[in-house]
Amino acid sequence: MADMENKDQTDFVFNDENEKKFRKTLEQYPTKMAALLPTLWLAMDQKGYLTDEILEYVADRLELSPVHVYAVAEFYTMFLRNPPGKYHLQLCRNLTCTICGSEDLIAHLAETYGIFPGETTEDGLFSLELVECLGSCGTAPVMRVNDRYCENLTAEKLDKIIEGCKAGVEPEEEPMGVH
Amino acid sequence: MSKQILSAHFGNPDAYKLDTYVELGGYRSLEKLFKTDPGDVIENVKQSGLRGRGGAGFSAGMKWSFVPKDVDKPKYLCINADEGEPGTFKDRKILVLDPHRLIEGAVICCYAVGIHTAYIYIRGEYDTPIRRFQGAIDEAYANGYLGKNIKGSGFDLDIYIHRGAGAYICGEETGLIESVEGKKGQPRPKPPFPAVIGLFNCPTVVNNVETLSNLPYIINEGWEAYAALGSEKSKGTMLFSISGEVQRPGVYEQEFGVNLWDFIEGATGGMKDGKTLKAVVPGGSSSPVLTAEEARNTILDYESIAAAGSMLGSGAIMVLSEDVCMAKALKVITRFYAHESCGQCPPCREGTFWLARIADRIERGEGQPEDLDLILDICPYMMGMTVCVLADAIAMPAKSYIEKFRGEFEQHINEKRCPYTDEAAGSAAG
Repeated sequence: MADMENKDQTDFVFNDENEKKFRKTLEQYPTKMAALLPTLWLAMDQKGYLTDEILEYVADRLELSPVHVYAVAEFYTMFLRNPPGKYHLQLCRNLTCTICGSEDLIAHLAETYGIFPGETTEDGLFSLELVECLGSCGTAPVMRVNDRYCENLTAEKLDKIIEGCKAGVEPEEEPMGVH
Repeated sequence: MSKQILSAHFGNPDAYKLDTYVELGGYRSLEKLFKTDPGDVIENVKQSGLRGRGGAGFSAGMKWSFVPKDVDKPKYLCINADEGEPGTFKDRKILVLDPHRLIEGAVICCYAVGIHTAYIYIRGEYDTPIRRFQGAIDEAYANGYLGKNIKGSGFDLDIYIHRGAGAYICGEETGLIESVEGKKGQPRPKPPFPAVIGLFNCPTVVNNVETLSNLPYIINEGWEAYAALGSEKSKGTMLFSISGEVQRPGVYEQEFGVNLWDFIEGATGGMKDGKTLKAVVPGGSSSPVLTAEEARNTILDYESIAAAGSMLGSGAIMVLSEDVCMAKALKVITRFYAHESCGQCPPCREGTFWLARIADRIERGEGQPEDLDLILDICPYMMGMTVCVLADAIAMPAKSYIEKFRGEFEQHINEKRCPYTDEAAGSAAG
């Protein structure tokens, strides 16, 4: 399919479901540019990260200059430009989480599992990103595992999460408390 | 116990469902709303004294009244659910536990101002709140609370979720607007204010989740009932996100006008593990720190906290014990602002980076004696010099950390190590 047209230099196209969502998104805004963030999210959902080719595909679909799409993708930290691990760990290092022990957890991940900030483990299973406030300081320290929040973390809890992921089980989010 | 306006449903695990919300009295403000002249709704909200809960604390009704009445362009509402101010986690509660209250509030705002399209900007990390809120929107459409001709009133409103992607600056209202338009979230110079030229160059209201969630109460009970709560200029209640070294951190609703520390202690049970209070950050990491003594002698409202040299901000209270190294606290928050500076204004782009670098070396025991005055010298050049207040939001607290805890910073410099870490760790860092 990719070689049918010259401008289409990528194998990436939205799957049917995302194509449907993409068209619906366009109806929600008066300009095509406004659909850029949602469209990048659809690509993230489908591929897991954004390659140059995907950015060009998105630029083409939205009739935007590729440089604009690059600039936007680079500006927002959640648009990953490189493949994350199967389990992308985002551990908060902001003030409340630091006070409540996130530095010990960072050390624990490194010493016990060889998971280091900014790196992906060799088996491709885990990547660790130190992030800023996740908006869950009442249950600090907090970490996201892919799209799930893991709260009130301790070293023991972290062990369970990592072992669970190794066995292919994503951690469950706990129900939100009254406070 | 304080009056519960915003958190009344937090204990009900089904309140997020439309049926339960309606059973609890939800959406009943709409009948009264649609019989009231939109101009009178704005006037009532002004009279209620409701102030924006995103951080700035500006009169909500006043903000709406700046939107021109007769324009041939569409008008927009942007609901700010970016919730990025470190220490803040209250809007997430509303989105998950009581989303219809926010939808009801959005209908009230849009009816008053003449808006038919609203975007809610939810931070990208909030997957569960996004799913929950989308579910609530779908239910509201299905039951005639959103869409065309809401409950036979002839009033139309659409709400769309716009998901953020991890940029703190998009919580700034013009950064948010840029982000909805599909650009980098770099704030715009003001004026013009969004009320006149905002989203897609059209008149736009930007309101925080919590601000809007107060509106059903104000319509149902009348502005007088709301204005009767709180203190002279800080009306009503507010959701306070209390975190750090307290026994029961969490979101607690409180009427303004009580003693700050009494409130924290009463709500959370006080300090964890018998620790001693050292400092309180009263309004998110952008607010200057209060010493233990200041926290014990301050009233919880906008004016009193401002008089104490800080600000109420988003109501994010972080409690620090004697075990917390203030140099580390400063290092953590300066790093945050350096990371989040959008980069368009040099005083911010360079200033935040300098502060982070200096704070980092002091904490590691590599600071120089002149570093403390250097920080105090840099800060004034970061205040009032930029398009938005991100630079001010670190300059003000940085100054307060140095001024109020100077001895601790000097100890780091003199001993060439952090006195709060083990001897071994200290020498390893040096």
